[in-house]
Amino acid sequence: MKRTLKQALSQLVPYRALLLAGIMISTVVQGEPALQQNHLSSEQEAFAAGEMIVDHVVDAHEWHIAVVGHTHITIPLPIILWHNGQLYSFSSSNFHHGNDAYRGFRLMSEGPYKGKVVNVINGSDGKEVINPILPLDFSITKNVLSVFMSSLLIAILFIIIAKNYKRTRGHAPKGIQSLFEPLIIFIRDDIAKASIGHHYERFTPYLLTIFFFIFLNNLLGLIPFFPGGANVTGNISVTAVLALFTFAITTISGNKAYWKHIFNAPGVPWWLKLPVPLMPIVELVGVFTKPFVLMVRLFANITAGHIIILGFMSLIFIFGNMNPFTGYGVSVVSVVFAIFMGLLECLVALIQAYVFTLLSAIYFGMATEEHHG
Amino acid sequence: MELVTPGIGLIFWMTLSFGLLLFVLTKFAWKPIMSMLKEREKSIEEALHEADKARDEMKQLQAHNVELLNQAKEERDAILKDARQIREKLIEEAREKAGREYNRLIESAQEAIKNEKMSAITELKNEIATLSIEVAERLIRERLTSAEKQDVLVQKLINEIKIN
Repeated sequence: MKRTLKQALSQLVPYRALLLAGIMISTVVQGEPALQQNHLSSEQEAFAAGEMIVDHVVDAHEWHIAVVGHTHITIPLPIILWHNGQLYSFSSSNFHHGNDAYRGFRLMSEGPYKGKVVNVINGSDGKEVINPILPLDFSITKNVLSVFMSSLLIAILFIIIAKNYKRTRGHAPKGIQSLFEPLIIFIRDDIAKASIGHHYERFTPYLLTIFFFIFLNNLLGLIPFFPGGANVTGNISVTAVLALFTFAITTISGNKAYWKHIFNAPGVPWWLKLPVPLMPIVELVGVFTKPFVLMVRLFANITAGHIIILGFMSLIFIFGNMNPFTGYGVSVVSVVFAIFMGLLECLVALIQAYVFTLLSAIYFGMATEEHHG
Repeated sequence: MELVTPGIGLIFWMTLSFGLLLFVLTKFAWKPIMSMLKEREKSIEEALHEADKARDEMKQLQAHNVELLNQAKEERDAILKDARQIREKLIEEAREKAGREYNRLIESAQEAIKNEKMSAITELKNEIATLSIEVAERLIRERLTSAEKQDVLVQKLINEIKIN
Protein backbone atom coordinates (compact mmCIF):
# COMPACT_ATOMS: atom_id res chain seq x y z
CA MET A 1 0.00 0.00 0.00
CA LYS A 2 2.67 2.48 0.99
CA ARG A 3 4.70 1.71 -2.08
CA THR A 4 1.83 2.62 -4.35
CA LEU A 5 1.25 5.77 -2.34
CA LYS A 6 4.83 6.72 -2.74
CA GLN A 7 4.72 6.09 -6.46
CA ALA A 8 1.49 8.03 -6.82
CA LEU A 9 3.01 10.93 -4.94
CA SER A 10 6.22 10.92 -6.87
CA GLN A 11 4.28 11.20 -10.11
CA LEU A 12 2.20 14.10 -8.98
CA VAL A 13 3.92 16.34 -6.55
CA PRO A 14 6.27 18.98 -7.85
CA TYR A 15 9.96 18.63 -7.56
CA ARG A 16 10.70 20.03 -4.13
CA ALA A 17 7.75 18.46 -2.41
CA LEU A 18 8.49 15.20 -4.12
CA LEU A 19 11.94 15.12 -2.66
CA LEU A 20 10.84 15.91 0.86
CA ALA A 21 7.73 13.81 0.88
CA GLY A 22 9.62 10.91 -0.63
CA ILE A 23 12.31 10.99 2.00
CA MET A 24 9.85 11.40 4.82
CA ILE A 25 7.47 8.69 3.76
CA SER A 26 10.33 6.26 3.43
CA THR A 27 11.38 7.21 6.97
CA VAL A 28 7.89 6.43 8.11
CA VAL A 29 8.00 3.11 6.32
CA GLN A 30 11.33 2.20 7.82
CA GLY A 31 10.38 3.53 11.22
CA GLU A 32 7.58 1.12 11.86
CA PRO A 33 9.30 -2.27 11.95
CA ALA A 34 11.94 -0.78 14.22
CA LEU A 35 9.24 0.40 16.54
CA GLN A 36 7.64 -3.04 16.69
CA GLN A 37 10.96 -4.60 17.54
CA ASN A 38 11.39 -2.10 20.33
CA HIS A 39 7.98 -3.01 21.65
CA LEU A 40 8.92 -6.65 21.70
CA SER A 41 12.37 -6.27 23.18
CA SER A 42 11.83 -3.76 25.92
CA GLU A 43 9.12 -3.28 28.51
CA GLN A 44 9.58 0.46 28.76
CA GLU A 45 7.74 2.78 26.38
CA ALA A 46 10.01 3.18 23.38
CA PHE A 47 9.83 6.28 21.25
CA ALA A 48 8.27 5.61 17.84
CA ALA A 49 9.21 8.48 15.55
CA GLY A 50 7.11 7.45 12.54
CA GLU A 51 3.99 6.97 14.59
CA MET A 52 4.50 10.23 16.45
CA ILE A 53 4.99 12.17 13.22
CA VAL A 54 1.93 10.72 11.52
CA ASP A 55 -0.16 11.27 14.64
CA HIS A 56 0.83 14.93 14.61
CA VAL A 57 0.15 15.41 10.93
CA VAL A 58 -3.23 13.71 10.58
CA ASP A 59 -6.62 14.80 11.88
CA ALA A 60 -7.83 13.81 15.38
CA HIS A 61 -11.06 13.54 17.31
CA GLU A 62 -9.68 15.43 20.27
CA TRP A 63 -7.35 18.36 20.48
CA HIS A 64 -4.27 17.08 22.24
CA ILE A 65 -2.37 19.81 24.05
CA ALA A 66 0.20 18.17 26.31
CA VAL A 67 1.07 15.15 28.40
CA VAL A 68 1.88 15.79 32.03
CA GLY A 69 3.20 12.61 33.65
CA HIS A 70 0.69 10.06 32.37
CA THR A 71 -2.27 12.42 31.99
CA HIS A 72 -3.15 13.68 28.54
CA ILE A 73 -4.41 17.24 28.51
CA THR A 74 -6.87 17.41 25.63
CA ILE A 75 -9.83 19.42 24.48
CA PRO A 76 -12.67 16.96 23.82
CA LEU A 77 -14.45 17.57 20.54
CA PRO A 78 -17.98 16.61 19.50
CA ILE A 79 -18.46 13.30 17.70
CA ILE A 80 -21.22 13.27 15.11
CA LEU A 81 -21.94 9.96 13.41
CA TRP A 82 -24.44 8.74 10.86
CA HIS A 83 -24.90 5.01 11.19
CA ASN A 84 -27.71 2.75 9.99
CA GLY A 85 -29.92 5.72 9.27
CA GLN A 86 -29.45 7.16 12.72
CA LEU A 87 -27.61 10.22 13.92
CA TYR A 88 -25.38 9.92 16.98
CA SER A 89 -23.70 12.85 18.67
CA PHE A 90 -21.71 12.93 21.88
CA SER A 91 -18.45 14.21 23.27
CA SER A 92 -15.24 12.48 22.33
CA SER A 93 -14.28 12.45 26.01
CA ASN A 94 -16.60 9.44 26.34
CA PHE A 95 -14.03 7.37 24.46
CA HIS A 96 -11.37 8.10 27.11
CA HIS A 97 -8.67 8.44 24.43
CA GLY A 98 -9.74 5.22 22.78
CA ASN A 99 -9.80 3.11 25.91
CA ASP A 100 -13.58 2.74 26.14
CA ALA A 101 -16.45 2.04 23.81
CA TYR A 102 -19.48 4.31 23.97
CA ARG A 103 -22.98 3.64 22.57
CA GLY A 104 -21.58 0.90 20.42
CA PHE A 105 -18.73 2.97 18.99
CA ARG A 106 -15.06 2.88 19.67
CA LEU A 107 -12.22 5.21 18.67
CA MET A 108 -9.47 2.90 17.43
CA SER A 109 -5.98 3.70 18.64
CA GLU A 110 -4.20 1.04 16.62
CA GLY A 111 -4.73 -1.45 13.86
CA PRO A 112 -5.98 -0.85 10.34
CA TYR A 113 -8.75 1.50 11.57
CA LYS A 114 -6.37 3.59 13.66
CA GLY A 115 -7.79 7.04 14.36
CA LYS A 116 -11.23 6.14 13.08
CA VAL A 117 -14.49 5.71 14.92
CA VAL A 118 -15.87 2.22 14.31
CA ASN A 119 -19.03 0.41 15.22
CA VAL A 120 -18.37 -2.52 17.54
CA ILE A 121 -20.69 -5.48 17.88
CA ASN A 122 -20.55 -8.07 20.60
CA GLY A 123 -19.50 -11.27 18.91
CA SER A 124 -20.84 -14.73 19.73
CA ASP A 125 -17.92 -15.50 22.03
CA GLY A 126 -18.41 -12.27 24.02
CA LYS A 127 -15.49 -10.51 22.38
CA GLU A 128 -15.88 -7.21 20.54
CA VAL A 129 -15.98 -7.48 16.79
CA ILE A 130 -15.54 -4.48 14.48
CA ASN A 131 -18.43 -3.89 12.11
CA PRO A 132 -16.91 -3.70 8.63
CA ILE A 133 -19.50 -1.05 7.68
CA LEU A 134 -17.94 2.13 9.04
CA PRO A 135 -20.22 4.90 10.31
CA LEU A 136 -20.17 8.14 8.32
CA ASP A 137 -18.08 10.39 10.49
CA PHE A 138 -19.22 14.04 10.50
CA SER A 139 -17.42 14.81 13.76
CA ILE A 140 -16.12 18.23 14.54
CA THR A 141 -12.52 17.07 14.46
CA LYS A 142 -9.42 19.09 15.22
CA ASN A 143 -9.14 20.22 11.61
CA VAL A 144 -12.85 21.04 11.32
CA LEU A 145 -12.68 23.17 14.46
CA SER A 146 -9.53 24.81 13.14
CA VAL A 147 -11.24 25.57 9.82
CA PHE A 148 -14.16 27.08 11.73
CA MET A 149 -11.86 29.21 13.85
CA SER A 150 -9.71 30.42 11.00
CA SER A 151 -12.76 31.12 8.81
CA LEU A 152 -14.25 33.16 11.61
CA LEU A 153 -10.96 34.96 12.10
CA ILE A 154 -10.66 35.79 8.40
CA ALA A 155 -14.31 36.88 8.21
CA ILE A 156 -13.97 39.18 11.22
CA LEU A 157 -10.62 40.53 10.05
CA PHE A 158 -11.76 41.45 6.56
CA ILE A 159 -15.14 42.77 7.63
CA ILE A 160 -13.26 45.10 9.99
CA ILE A 161 -10.99 46.08 7.13
CA ALA A 162 -14.00 46.69 4.89
CA LYS A 163 -15.45 48.94 7.62
CA ASN A 164 -12.13 50.78 7.73
CA TYR A 165 -12.39 51.34 4.01
CA LYS A 166 -15.84 52.82 4.44
CA ARG A 167 -14.58 55.06 7.22
CA THR A 168 -11.50 56.33 5.39
CA ARG A 169 -13.41 56.65 2.13
CA GLY A 170 -11.31 58.43 -0.47
CA HIS A 171 -8.37 58.81 1.89
CA ALA A 172 -5.12 56.97 2.51
CA PRO A 173 -5.42 53.56 4.25
CA LYS A 174 -4.85 53.41 8.00
CA GLY A 175 -3.75 50.76 10.50
CA ILE A 176 -4.57 47.14 9.73
CA GLN A 177 -6.08 48.22 6.43
CA SER A 178 -2.71 49.41 5.17
CA LEU A 179 -1.14 46.09 6.21
CA PHE A 180 -3.45 44.09 3.96
CA GLU A 181 -3.99 46.56 1.16
CA PRO A 182 -0.72 45.73 -0.64
CA LEU A 183 -1.67 42.03 -0.61
CA ILE A 184 -5.20 42.71 -1.80
CA ILE A 185 -3.94 44.97 -4.58
CA PHE A 186 -1.22 42.46 -5.46
CA ILE A 187 -3.82 39.70 -5.86
CA ARG A 188 -6.13 41.93 -7.83
CA ASP A 189 -3.51 43.42 -10.15
CA ASP A 190 -0.72 40.88 -10.44
CA ILE A 191 -2.72 37.68 -10.12
CA ALA A 192 -6.30 38.34 -11.23
CA LYS A 193 -5.82 41.11 -13.77
CA ALA A 194 -2.58 39.67 -15.16
CA SER A 195 -3.81 36.08 -15.59
CA ILE A 196 -7.51 36.50 -16.33
CA GLY A 197 -7.53 39.79 -18.13
CA HIS A 198 -10.83 41.29 -19.13
CA HIS A 199 -13.23 39.40 -16.83
CA TYR A 200 -11.03 39.54 -13.75
CA GLU A 201 -13.53 41.29 -11.51
CA ARG A 202 -15.84 38.26 -11.35
CA PHE A 203 -13.07 36.07 -9.91
CA THR A 204 -11.24 38.43 -7.54
CA PRO A 205 -13.44 37.69 -4.49
CA TYR A 206 -12.76 33.96 -4.82
CA LEU A 207 -9.03 34.47 -5.42
CA LEU A 208 -8.75 36.79 -2.43
CA THR A 209 -10.65 34.31 -0.26
CA ILE A 210 -8.50 31.29 -1.15
CA PHE A 211 -5.31 33.28 -0.85
CA PHE A 212 -6.03 34.53 2.65
CA PHE A 213 -7.62 31.22 3.72
CA ILE A 214 -4.59 29.20 2.64
CA PHE A 215 -2.07 31.75 3.87
CA LEU A 216 -3.63 32.11 7.32
CA ASN A 217 -4.13 28.37 7.77
CA ASN A 218 -0.55 27.71 6.65
CA LEU A 219 0.67 30.14 9.28
CA LEU A 220 -1.66 28.81 11.98
CA GLY A 221 -0.40 25.32 11.18
CA LEU A 222 3.12 26.45 12.05
CA ILE A 223 2.14 27.50 15.56
CA PRO A 224 2.77 24.39 17.63
CA PHE A 225 0.06 24.86 20.32
CA PHE A 226 -3.64 25.33 20.75
CA PRO A 227 -5.10 28.05 18.54
CA GLY A 228 -2.83 26.82 15.77
CA GLY A 229 -1.21 23.46 15.39
CA ALA A 230 -3.86 21.75 13.30
CA ASN A 231 -2.41 20.69 9.98
CA VAL A 232 -5.34 22.13 8.02
CA THR A 233 -3.77 22.96 4.66
CA GLY A 234 -1.67 19.80 4.93
CA ASN A 235 -4.83 17.72 4.99
CA ILE A 236 -5.86 16.19 1.69
CA SER A 237 -9.59 16.71 2.36
CA VAL A 238 -9.13 20.45 2.82
CA THR A 239 -6.95 20.88 -0.24
CA ALA A 240 -9.36 18.67 -2.19
CA VAL A 241 -12.27 20.95 -1.34
CA LEU A 242 -10.25 24.02 -2.31
CA ALA A 243 -9.23 22.39 -5.59
CA LEU A 244 -12.84 21.33 -6.22
CA PHE A 245 -13.98 24.92 -5.80
CA THR A 246 -11.42 26.02 -8.39
CA PHE A 247 -12.46 23.14 -10.65
CA ALA A 248 -16.16 23.97 -10.30
CA ILE A 249 -15.64 27.66 -11.01
CA THR A 250 -13.41 26.88 -14.01
CA THR A 251 -15.94 24.44 -15.43
CA ILE A 252 -18.94 26.71 -14.86
CA SER A 253 -17.29 29.78 -16.32
CA GLY A 254 -15.73 27.94 -19.29
CA ASN A 255 -16.83 29.61 -22.50
CA LYS A 256 -17.37 28.19 -25.98
CA ALA A 257 -13.75 28.69 -26.98
CA TYR A 258 -12.60 26.78 -23.88
CA TRP A 259 -14.72 23.72 -24.63
CA LYS A 260 -13.85 23.91 -28.31
CA HIS A 261 -10.19 23.95 -27.35
CA ILE A 262 -10.73 20.77 -25.34
CA PHE A 263 -12.83 18.75 -27.77
CA ASN A 264 -11.65 20.13 -31.07
CA ALA A 265 -8.40 21.94 -30.50
CA PRO A 266 -7.63 24.29 -33.35
CA GLY A 267 -4.25 23.94 -35.02
CA VAL A 268 -3.95 20.21 -34.28
CA PRO A 269 -3.71 17.78 -37.24
CA TRP A 270 -6.99 15.94 -37.90
CA TRP A 271 -5.49 12.48 -37.49
CA LEU A 272 -4.90 13.22 -33.83
CA LYS A 273 -8.64 13.72 -33.41
CA LEU A 274 -10.58 11.59 -35.83
CA PRO A 275 -10.20 7.82 -35.77
CA VAL A 276 -8.89 7.82 -32.20
CA PRO A 277 -9.72 11.04 -30.32
CA LEU A 278 -6.25 11.27 -28.83
CA MET A 279 -6.05 15.03 -28.27
CA PRO A 280 -9.57 15.40 -26.84
CA ILE A 281 -8.76 12.62 -24.36
CA VAL A 282 -5.49 14.26 -23.37
CA GLU A 283 -7.22 17.62 -22.99
CA LEU A 284 -10.08 16.13 -21.01
CA VAL A 285 -7.67 14.37 -18.67
CA GLY A 286 -5.91 17.71 -18.32
CA VAL A 287 -9.12 19.29 -17.10
CA PHE A 288 -9.11 16.91 -14.14
CA THR A 289 -5.38 16.75 -13.48
CA LYS A 290 -5.19 20.53 -13.02
CA PRO A 291 -7.26 20.63 -9.83
CA PHE A 292 -5.76 17.30 -8.76
CA VAL A 293 -2.28 18.77 -8.95
CA LEU A 294 -3.47 21.85 -7.04
CA MET A 295 -4.75 19.57 -4.31
CA VAL A 296 -1.62 17.45 -4.07
CA ARG A 297 0.83 20.33 -4.31
CA LEU A 298 -0.55 22.23 -1.36
CA PHE A 299 -1.08 19.10 0.72
CA ALA A 300 2.39 17.71 0.03
CA ASN A 301 4.26 20.97 0.55
CA ILE A 302 2.67 21.75 3.87
CA THR A 303 2.74 18.19 5.16
CA ALA A 304 6.35 17.74 4.10
CA GLY A 305 7.36 20.82 6.05
CA HIS A 306 5.58 19.57 9.14
CA ILE A 307 7.10 16.12 8.80
CA ILE A 308 10.61 17.53 8.53
CA ILE A 309 10.26 19.69 11.62
CA LEU A 310 8.77 16.77 13.54
CA GLY A 311 11.59 14.59 12.20
CA PHE A 312 14.19 16.91 13.68
CA MET A 313 12.33 16.88 16.98
CA SER A 314 12.15 13.06 16.88
CA LEU A 315 15.93 12.88 16.46
CA ILE A 316 16.32 14.37 19.95
CA PHE A 317 14.25 11.56 21.49
CA ILE A 318 15.71 8.81 19.36
CA PHE A 319 19.21 9.78 20.46
CA GLY A 320 17.96 10.49 23.98
CA ASN A 321 16.71 6.92 24.21
CA MET A 322 20.21 5.69 23.43
CA ASN A 323 21.92 7.97 25.90
CA PRO A 324 20.47 11.10 27.54
CA PHE A 325 23.63 13.10 26.85
CA THR A 326 23.55 12.31 23.14
CA GLY A 327 19.98 13.54 23.25
CA TYR A 328 21.04 16.88 24.73
CA GLY A 329 23.82 17.16 22.17
CA VAL A 330 21.56 16.41 19.26
CA SER A 331 18.89 18.77 20.59
CA VAL A 332 21.08 21.77 19.80
CA VAL A 333 21.48 20.71 16.17
CA SER A 334 17.82 19.70 15.93
CA VAL A 335 16.57 23.01 17.28
CA VAL A 336 18.79 24.95 14.90
CA PHE A 337 17.52 22.92 11.94
CA ALA A 338 13.94 23.18 13.16
CA ILE A 339 14.25 26.97 13.39
CA PHE A 340 15.66 27.03 9.89
CA MET A 341 12.80 24.84 8.66
CA GLY A 342 10.29 26.98 10.54
CA LEU A 343 11.54 30.08 8.75
CA LEU A 344 11.51 28.23 5.47
CA GLU A 345 7.94 27.13 6.18
CA CYS A 346 6.90 30.73 6.78
CA LEU A 347 8.14 31.44 3.28
CA VAL A 348 6.48 28.29 1.93
CA ALA A 349 3.22 29.34 3.61
CA LEU A 350 3.18 32.49 1.52
CA ILE A 351 4.52 30.88 -1.65
CA GLN A 352 2.01 28.02 -1.62
CA ALA A 353 -0.89 30.40 -1.00
CA TYR A 354 0.40 32.49 -3.91
CA VAL A 355 0.90 29.50 -6.19
CA PHE A 356 -2.56 28.07 -5.49
CA THR A 357 -4.15 31.45 -6.14
CA LEU A 358 -2.07 32.14 -9.22
CA LEU A 359 -2.79 28.73 -10.78
CA SER A 360 -6.49 29.08 -10.03
CA ALA A 361 -6.41 32.47 -11.72
CA ILE A 362 -4.58 31.02 -14.72
CA TYR A 363 -7.21 28.26 -15.04
CA PHE A 364 -9.97 30.87 -14.88
CA GLY A 365 -8.10 32.86 -17.47
CA MET A 366 -7.96 29.81 -19.75
CA ALA A 367 -11.67 29.20 -19.27
CA THR A 368 -12.70 32.74 -20.11
CA GLU A 369 -10.12 33.59 -22.75
CA GLU A 370 -11.59 34.87 -25.99
CA HIS A 371 -10.12 33.24 -29.07
CA HIS A 372 -10.09 35.51 -32.02
CA GLY A 373 -10.27 34.06 -35.50
CA MET B 1 -2.51 5.69 4.36
CA GLU B 2 -4.76 7.87 6.46
CA LEU B 3 -2.58 10.79 5.37
CA VAL B 4 -3.86 10.66 1.79
CA THR B 5 -7.41 9.39 2.33
CA PRO B 6 -9.92 12.20 2.26
CA GLY B 7 -12.45 11.98 5.08
CA ILE B 8 -16.10 12.65 4.31
CA GLY B 9 -16.66 14.62 7.52
CA LEU B 10 -13.87 17.07 6.93
CA ILE B 11 -14.85 17.45 3.28
CA PHE B 12 -18.42 18.19 4.31
CA TRP B 13 -17.53 20.73 6.99
CA MET B 14 -14.81 22.29 4.89
CA THR B 15 -17.15 22.74 1.90
CA LEU B 16 -19.79 24.22 4.18
CA SER B 17 -17.52 26.61 6.04
CA PHE B 18 -15.42 27.61 3.04
CA GLY B 19 -18.55 28.19 0.96
CA LEU B 20 -20.00 30.27 3.75
CA LEU B 21 -16.73 32.16 4.18
CA LEU B 22 -16.60 32.83 0.44
CA PHE B 23 -20.17 34.12 0.48
CA VAL B 24 -19.74 36.28 3.58
CA LEU B 25 -16.42 37.74 2.50
CA THR B 26 -17.63 38.43 -1.03
CA LYS B 27 -20.72 40.20 0.23
CA PHE B 28 -19.36 42.04 3.24
CA ALA B 29 -15.66 42.46 2.59
CA TRP B 30 -14.41 42.08 -0.97
CA LYS B 31 -17.23 43.93 -2.75
CA PRO B 32 -16.98 47.06 -0.57
CA ILE B 33 -13.17 46.89 -0.47
CA MET B 34 -12.92 46.55 -4.24
CA SER B 35 -15.37 49.35 -4.88
CA MET B 36 -13.62 51.63 -2.38
CA LEU B 37 -10.25 50.85 -3.92
CA LYS B 38 -11.63 51.56 -7.35
CA GLU B 39 -13.22 54.76 -6.16
CA ARG B 40 -9.99 55.88 -4.56
CA GLU B 41 -7.94 55.00 -7.61
CA LYS B 42 -10.41 56.89 -9.76
CA SER B 43 -10.24 59.92 -7.52
CA ILE B 44 -6.43 59.77 -7.52
CA GLU B 45 -6.41 59.51 -11.26
CA GLU B 46 -8.80 62.42 -11.55
CA ALA B 47 -6.70 64.44 -9.14
CA LEU B 48 -3.60 63.69 -11.20
CA HIS B 49 -5.45 64.61 -14.35
CA GLU B 50 -6.59 67.85 -12.80
CA ALA B 51 -3.08 68.56 -11.60
CA ASP B 52 -1.89 68.05 -15.17
CA LYS B 53 -4.56 70.37 -16.42
CA ALA B 54 -3.68 72.93 -13.80
CA ARG B 55 -0.02 72.61 -14.76
CA ASP B 56 -0.91 73.19 -18.41
CA GLU B 57 -3.01 76.19 -17.48
CA MET B 58 -0.19 77.45 -15.36
CA LYS B 59 2.16 77.06 -18.29
CA GLN B 60 -0.24 78.94 -20.53
CA LEU B 61 -0.59 81.60 -17.91
CA GLN B 62 3.13 81.83 -17.59
CA ALA B 63 3.50 82.11 -21.35
CA HIS B 64 0.87 84.81 -21.29
CA ASN B 65 2.70 86.52 -18.47
CA VAL B 66 5.94 86.41 -20.40
CA GLU B 67 4.14 87.86 -23.39
CA LEU B 68 2.65 90.58 -21.26
CA LEU B 69 6.01 91.26 -19.73
CA ASN B 70 7.60 91.50 -23.15
CA GLN B 71 4.88 93.82 -24.30
CA ALA B 72 5.34 95.93 -21.24
CA LYS B 73 9.06 96.01 -21.81
CA GLU B 74 8.56 97.09 -25.40
CA GLU B 75 6.14 99.73 -24.29
CA ARG B 76 8.53 100.90 -21.64
CA ASP B 77 11.32 101.05 -24.19
CA ALA B 78 9.13 103.02 -26.55
CA ILE B 79 8.10 105.35 -23.78
CA LEU B 80 11.68 105.78 -22.71
CA LYS B 81 12.70 106.44 -26.28
CA ASP B 82 9.96 109.00 -26.66
CA ALA B 83 10.90 110.55 -23.38
CA ARG B 84 14.49 110.71 -24.42
CA GLN B 85 13.53 112.32 -27.69
CA ILE B 86 11.27 114.76 -25.91
CA ARG B 87 13.98 115.51 -23.43
CA GLU B 88 16.49 116.10 -26.18
CA LYS B 89 14.03 118.22 -28.00
CA LEU B 90 13.27 120.16 -24.86
CA ILE B 91 16.92 120.63 -24.16
CA GLU B 92 17.49 121.67 -27.72
CA GLU B 93 14.62 124.09 -27.57
CA ALA B 94 15.79 125.38 -24.23
CA ARG B 95 19.23 125.77 -25.54
CA GLU B 96 17.96 127.58 -28.60
CA LYS B 97 15.75 129.73 -26.48
CA ALA B 98 18.59 130.42 -24.11
CA GLY B 99 20.83 131.28 -27.04
CA ARG B 100 18.22 133.62 -28.40
CA GLU B 101 17.70 135.18 -25.04
CA TYR B 102 21.42 135.53 -24.62
CA ASN B 103 21.75 137.17 -27.94
CA ARG B 104 18.81 139.37 -27.17
CA LEU B 105 20.29 140.27 -23.82
CA ILE B 106 23.67 140.97 -25.30
CA GLU B 107 22.08 143.00 -27.99
CA SER B 108 20.05 145.00 -25.53
CA ALA B 109 23.10 145.35 -23.31
CA GLN B 110 25.11 146.54 -26.19
CA GLU B 111 22.38 148.92 -27.08
CA ALA B 112 22.20 150.10 -23.50
CA ILE B 113 25.92 150.49 -23.43
CA LYS B 114 25.80 152.35 -26.66
CA ASN B 115 23.04 154.59 -25.36
CA GLU B 116 24.94 155.13 -22.13
CA LYS B 117 28.06 155.86 -24.10
CA MET B 118 26.16 158.25 -26.29
CA SER B 119 24.60 159.95 -23.33
CA ALA B 120 27.95 160.02 -21.60
CA ILE B 121 29.53 161.51 -24.66
CA THR B 122 26.72 164.03 -24.87
CA GLU B 123 27.14 164.81 -21.24
CA LEU B 124 30.87 165.10 -21.73
CA LYS B 125 30.32 167.35 -24.62
CA ASN B 126 27.97 169.43 -22.55
CA GLU B 127 30.46 169.41 -19.70
CA ILE B 128 33.24 170.34 -22.07
CA ALA B 129 31.05 173.03 -23.44
CA THR B 130 30.23 174.24 -19.95
CA LEU B 131 33.90 174.07 -18.99
CA SER B 132 34.88 175.84 -22.14
CA ILE B 133 32.34 178.49 -21.36
CA GLU B 134 33.63 178.61 -17.79
CA VAL B 135 37.22 178.88 -19.04
CA ALA B 136 36.17 181.49 -21.40
CA GLU B 137 34.33 183.23 -18.65
CA ARG B 138 37.36 183.05 -16.31
CA LEU B 139 39.56 184.22 -19.10
CA ILE B 140 37.34 187.09 -19.75
CA ARG B 141 36.94 187.70 -16.01
CA GLU B 142 40.70 187.87 -15.55
CA ARG B 143 41.85 191.07 -16.44
CA LEU B 144 43.85 190.62 -19.37
CA THR B 145 46.82 192.74 -18.43
CA SER B 146 49.46 191.43 -20.54
CA ALA B 147 49.92 189.18 -23.36
CA GLU B 148 52.25 187.01 -21.28
CA LYS B 149 49.78 186.70 -18.54
CA GLN B 150 47.18 185.82 -21.02
CA ASP B 151 49.41 183.19 -22.43
CA VAL B 152 50.20 181.82 -18.98
CA LEU B 153 46.58 181.84 -18.04
CA VAL B 154 45.54 180.14 -21.24
CA GLN B 155 48.32 177.60 -20.70
CA LYS B 156 47.21 177.06 -17.14
CA LEU B 157 43.58 176.63 -18.15
CA ILE B 158 44.51 174.30 -20.86
CA ASN B 159 46.45 172.22 -18.34
CA GLU B 160 43.51 172.25 -16.01
CA ILE B 161 41.32 170.94 -18.76
CA LYS B 162 43.83 168.21 -19.38
CA ILE B 163 43.77 167.22 -15.75
CA ASN B 164 40.02 167.03 -15.91
